[in-house]
Amino acid sequence: MIDSTSLLAVMPELVLTVGGLILLMIAAFGGDGTARLVNSLSVVTLIGAGFALLCSLAHGPDAFDGLYRADAFSVYAKALIYGAAASAILLAPRFFSTDGMLRPEYPILIVFAAVGMGMMVSAGDMLTLYVGLEMNSLASYVLASFMRQDGRSSEAGLKYFVLGSLASGILLYGISLLYGFTGSTTFDGIAVALDGGVSKGALFGLVFVLAGLAFKISAVPFHMWTPDVYEGAPTPVTTFFASAPKVAAIALTVRVAIEALSPAGLDWQQIVIFVALTSIIFGAVAAIGQSNIKRLMAYSSINNVGFALIGLACGTPAGVAATMSYMAIYVIMTIGAFACILQMRDADGKPVETIASLAGLSQSRKGLAAAFAIFMFSMAGIPPLFGFWAKFLVFDAAVAAGLTALAAVGIAASVIGAFYYLKIIKTIYFDEPTAAYEAKGGAVENIILTACAAVIVLGYLLNPMLDQASAAAAASLF
Amino acid sequence: MDGFPILSLMMAVPMAGAIACLFVGANNARWIALIATLIDFVLGMALWANFDQSGSGAQWQFQEYVPIFGKFAWALGIDGIALMLIALTVFLMPICIGASWRAIEKRVGEYMAAFLFMEVLMIGVFAAQDLYLFYIMFEAGLIPMYLIIGIWGGADRIYASYKFFLYTLLGSVLMLIAMMWMVHEAGTTEIPALMAYNFDPAVQTWLFLAFFASFAVKMPMWPVHTWLPDAHVQAPTAGSVILAGVLLKMGGYGFIRFSLPMFPEASAQLAPLVWGLSMVAVVYTSLVALVQSDMKKLIAYSSVAHMAIVTVGLFAFNQAGIEGAMMVMLGHGLVAGALFLCVGVIYDRLHTREIARYGGLSINMPRYALLFLFFTMASVGLPGTSNFVGEFLALMGIYQASTWVALVCTTGIILGAAYMLYLYRRICYGEQVNADAAALPDLSARELWLLAPIAAVVLWMGIYPESFLAPMRPDIVALEARVAPAAPAGDAQIKLGAPKPAGEAHHGDASAPSHSASGEAH
Repeated sequence: MIDSTSLLAVMPELVLTVGGLILLMIAAFGGDGTARLVNSLSVVTLIGAGFALLCSLAHGPDAFDGLYRADAFSVYAKALIYGAAASAILLAPRFFSTDGMLRPEYPILIVFAAVGMGMMVSAGDMLTLYVGLEMNSLASYVLASFMRQDGRSSEAGLKYFVLGSLASGILLYGISLLYGFTGSTTFDGIAVALDGGVSKGALFGLVFVLAGLAFKISAVPFHMWTPDVYEGAPTPVTTFFASAPKVAAIALTVRVAIEALSPAGLDWQQIVIFVALTSIIFGAVAAIGQSNIKRLMAYSSINNVGFALIGLACGTPAGVAATMSYMAIYVIMTIGAFACILQMRDADGKPVETIASLAGLSQSRKGLAAAFAIFMFSMAGIPPLFGFWAKFLVFDAAVAAGLTALAAVGIAASVIGAFYYLKIIKTIYFDEPTAAYEAKGGAVENIILTACAAVIVLGYLLNPMLDQASAAAAASLF
Repeated sequence: MDGFPILSLMMAVPMAGAIACLFVGANNARWIALIATLIDFVLGMALWANFDQSGSGAQWQFQEYVPIFGKFAWALGIDGIALMLIALTVFLMPICIGASWRAIEKRVGEYMAAFLFMEVLMIGVFAAQDLYLFYIMFEAGLIPMYLIIGIWGGADRIYASYKFFLYTLLGSVLMLIAMMWMVHEAGTTEIPALMAYNFDPAVQTWLFLAFFASFAVKMPMWPVHTWLPDAHVQAPTAGSVILAGVLLKMGGYGFIRFSLPMFPEASAQLAPLVWGLSMVAVVYTSLVALVQSDMKKLIAYSSVAHMAIVTVGLFAFNQAGIEGAMMVMLGHGLVAGALFLCVGVIYDRLHTREIARYGGLSINMPRYALLFLFFTMASVGLPGTSNFVGEFLALMGIYQASTWVALVCTTGIILGAAYMLYLYRRICYGEQVNADAAALPDLSARELWLLAPIAAVVLWMGIYPESFLAPMRPDIVALEARVAPAAPAGDAQIKLGAPKPAGEAHHGDASAPSHSASGEAH
């Protein structure tokens, strides 16, 4: 039965769906000329959906008999997702217009992906989860191959599609096992059934579900698609991939682990610890040899997911809050870093992606160089930048949960990661200038970049607010 | 000055200067930096003047507490130990800016901004009263120093900057985990409260080792000192001055503020480790310094040897040792800084650090030779200079704890005289074999004004050390009382025998009245 409360609870998704469909009509009948208009309107739609979150929170937490949840956790994650998606839309026009690929489909696909991501973080049932995940993935496959004339982009899309389908299959298989052995697809039902003991079959289901989710968050050992897709996809799309879907997938993983699988906590905890540590170490070591900045950012995102998972491995409210805070800070750093990467254009305005081309940037573009350095130091986790606080929170949660050894190994491995971030700063600040970049960047990029840099530098003042929001989000899961 | 946030102001002034420097031309940046550091110097002296050093007042003065950061607070406050180190910082900073006046020609604004930011962080480290605030200030110093070495350093600057950054970062991260554990255990992030908290002795060992990893690298102690010669050699002159003058003191400050009062049992248990490493450092690095052909490297190795005297003094667990360690830190900060400036003076003229390229400078640079000789003697520990006071007290302190350690460490004084005098002989005396070195002009007025104040303070510290010891004494006494119950038994207790009544023969059972000397005699 559909009641009005449930419809009010899903208001953000309704706004995005209706908005997306209208924009699709505008694009279909107006042609490519409407690209800039659709771009702006899709940002407006996302902002509208952001306001609809308040309506959603007021009518939560359960909607549609527990299939969908509108709790503080989902609102927190969605606020991040919508913000990241809007930034990815705003950063795109300048990039695509260089290649004459400025088309209205790009923002519309992101809006639809945002619907899917909203479903993912609000899922209260394995099937809602799967539908949301696929909705996001389908839009993402198309986005990855958005530059259709570019071989790398098509390759990225194809790779993403093939490996993504495989992961979806694994996930679905896990869901069917869990359903078979627990008799339920709702998270609450699974938790109740597992409470009576975890059978072998259910354990298999758990492992498959986690493997499928690990693919989506690109954690080692299911990370192989990430570098290729990040490198091949158009840079604004990479910006999007590295931010919004990452938040959605992490939030989804957290919700499944805490809400559905909490009775099997000891079973998944060791898996999460393994995945977290291998992601941190592999992400850091593999990034060292990279010469392409987007590829490096792919390994960096693998590395960061590892840190975020340390919070989940604690399985405590403080740990979950730390993971969510981590994702908030990570998204800001990532969008800022990609706003810098999008400004890497040679004198003719053609985008370049090699790290070597950054040499001597500090002498030609002081502001951009400083922003780059701020984001890189922040990602390396060096105080007083905000990236340090993200790492601090997850390690603090781990220590509080008694996982001191995990925290010690993780933080020691973060030093390896610091090396490759330093390499970029070295190229920018220490090396002699080579070919200069174009004289100044786009206005939108500069605004986003400045805003992100300001947050990263002054972020500690936001601590009380961030602590409160993430604690409320975490509390709604327990 | 009650309630006036002077410590915050001392951090705000250079911070504002740093931001301003980024947006102005080269010459303006120099003046902004000089004025900002001089204002800070004046504020620092005001701080000293208003500091209650009677010991009857509160231990922590000028406290500020603003809980704006959620899990930690903007908590500042100083005791006498921190006051002295802040005074050292604000004294050396204007000199560093002056030393860079002509030597730095490219990207002056950024250079001055990095130095001013460095000053903010150094004051922050010494003034922080919150554990996490301390860590943030402590670690953040890596960023400006990495840039200073990497951008304005010598030929091998990139290797040196990486090594500096990663070495110190790896040392520090484990300390953070230990800090988190302590905060969860004690339920507070306030350093004064943690200094009084008694951690379980079994855990203390682990906590001590985690902090030790960080401070030993920063100090630096043998065998994790190898980053220092590289960093010193490649850094610009002012970078070396601030590195030797203040950054190394952060390690010693860490021991005195955290390791000793927070983990007294573990400190006592692991004192032999610290002694052992220090003994090796004193002898080994002094011998290494003896064979260096690069002036900066030689002074860098001598720094390692001097810092080893600091660690033995600290881990002597008595007032004399700790006072001596503090005096060596202050004295070495001035003298090593001045020696690097002396090297910088001739490096600026001839652009080489090879000792063999100089010789006979006392003929054409008499004023330079005089000041260089003075600082050489101070480094050797000549009575009447700052280092003598510190080294004497530190060695006297360690003698009460372990005569063997005292014996080995005292050879450092002799070896120190050997390598410093040998260095001086090769540069200032002898034949003028190199024509270009023989033609060098003497000190300019600017250079004289950089070195003269340091010389004056070194003398003052050597002749009347009480000015510097008085503010620290109450805190050191408190620290000694804190570590006394755990202090290891010394092997050199001078026993005050009771006067023997005639006719009775007591052997060795006279009680030792001194409080910390109640150990067994070996």
